[in-house]
Amino acid sequence: MAIPKVCGIETEYGILVRGADPNPVAASSILINSYVAAAHRIDWDFVDEHPGQDARGFSWEESLAPDVEPQLVNAVLTNGSRYYVDHAHPEISTPECRSASQATLYDRAAEEIVRRSMSLARSVMPEGAELLLYKNNSDGKGNSYGCHENYLLDRGVPFGRLVSEITPHFVTRQVFIGAGKVGSEFPGDSPSDVAFQISQRADFFEEEVGLETTLKRPIVNTRDEPHCDPLKYRRLHVIVGDANMSEVATFLKLGTTSLVLAMIEDGAIDRDLSLADPVRAIREVSHDPTLRQTVTLRNGKRLSALDVQWSLLEMAERYASSHGLECLGGDGPAIITLWDEVLNGLSTSPESVADVVDWVAKKRVIDAYAERHGLEGYDVRTKALDLQYHDMRPEKSIAARVGLRVDCAAADVKRAMVEPPDDTRAYFRGRVLAKWPESVVAANWDSIVFDVGRDPLRRVPMMEPLRGTRDLVGDLVDRSADVTELLERLGD
Amino acid sequence: MAERIQRSKGSDRDSSRVESSAADLDATTEQGDRLKAEMDDILDEIDDVLETNAEDFVKSYVQKGGE
Repeated sequence: MAIPKVCGIETEYGILVRGADPNPVAASSILINSYVAAAHRIDWDFVDEHPGQDARGFSWEESLAPDVEPQLVNAVLTNGSRYYVDHAHPEISTPECRSASQATLYDRAAEEIVRRSMSLARSVMPEGAELLLYKNNSDGKGNSYGCHENYLLDRGVPFGRLVSEITPHFVTRQVFIGAGKVGSEFPGDSPSDVAFQISQRADFFEEEVGLETTLKRPIVNTRDEPHCDPLKYRRLHVIVGDANMSEVATFLKLGTTSLVLAMIEDGAIDRDLSLADPVRAIREVSHDPTLRQTVTLRNGKRLSALDVQWSLLEMAERYASSHGLECLGGDGPAIITLWDEVLNGLSTSPESVADVVDWVAKKRVIDAYAERHGLEGYDVRTKALDLQYHDMRPEKSIAARVGLRVDCAAADVKRAMVEPPDDTRAYFRGRVLAKWPESVVAANWDSIVFDVGRDPLRRVPMMEPLRGTRDLVGDLVDRSADVTELLERLGD
Repeated sequence: MAERIQRSKGSDRDSSRVESSAADLDATTEQGDRLKAEMDDILDEIDDVLETNAEDFVKSYVQKGGE
């Protein structure tokens, strides 16, 4: 049976500086330091990071391994997430979550952390200076930054089958998770070659499978860095999605992908949807907001992206009856219902899902704006509207004004900014940080290093994502007076 | 799958053909008017919050590649 689909989402934000040093690395550091300054800073521990390891088992020295720059700001928060400077962007990785809805809540919490950071940063910057953050994936000039997803997978699934069975979903799921973009950034195109496209990211994919994330981006990323027991698990690192302003789109992205991955683990994909040329297909689908574009399957058939999605949904419905959906942590029925609703809406009248699908919401407002102001085709004013859709300032955000559905309660989001999820190892990480900040020297995804007041430092490994939960360690953390007692109790 | 698509798309088309009546058309026009009024309100608000110099804003929005 499929293993629990523990998942998480990491978002790099675009950053602009107004009225101060425009260096984005310095600006990102100010942003994050402003937020963590109040609390004791816990540094990230890089000892178990191997971003160059390749899932296909070959040497990574020949590829460009992603840079890890330990000198940059890198903090762990009490909600179990990681807040850091990645290249030239501020980035938040949510804690490990037990379900798509929980990860969506923590992505919302991350947005609020970013908003809080923006206002805190203003108080340490020169008069009138400010940092502006954007939750998007490109600057319209050919530079892209990512919104990555992570899913826990059974190591026993052959990687080759995983790649061939997940690729059709990765190419076509953009019809409901695309964040929309004015203009083309495909190399060789001029921006005005495409007035509006479905995805922020589709123009940047050049390979089907590979290790890179910054150059020659692949649809399936092979980074093999499980951050947990490598003999049992794989962490599928997904780089092919857009950052969503619609929280329901985030839920659908994580939910449908978790579900398709569970089906792959259980060998339940019984139709061959392999695409003849996935790299070309992802761009063709993105460049046609009428959704009529068809793509060629390896068997010669031509299907639209919606056809492929209907096919996946039908397999998922059969899978739900035959296997159950326990591995989705309670979200299963909601994922299937919403998936069906959104595909129906897109198939009949896309405007009907403008409250859920970012690209539809964005296109609707851009079309109306262009009509009011007599604009045609690619125009700098519609491009400005596109960028501002993702503005994190509530008073400037276009996304906040187009009627997107809100499912996460404000009180839950507020709690998720400081408290970890109950049912993954993030609970232990977050709780010990909150309770004994002065005794936690460093933390990373799969271990925590404690200073017990005398040498040596003690490292507690957390190789099981579903251990360290409130059920398993809640009492133990609550009842321990200090970390020495905690470690004694853990040892028993 | 092909059946499924035809079922979902086709059934909508059929029902609109069979059940279309003056009342439905009125309802559709009413809904269209309401949506247009809503969008007008959204656009008024957007005109207020949009960056004042679109050209400068778009030009200055430059990011380094990430990931």
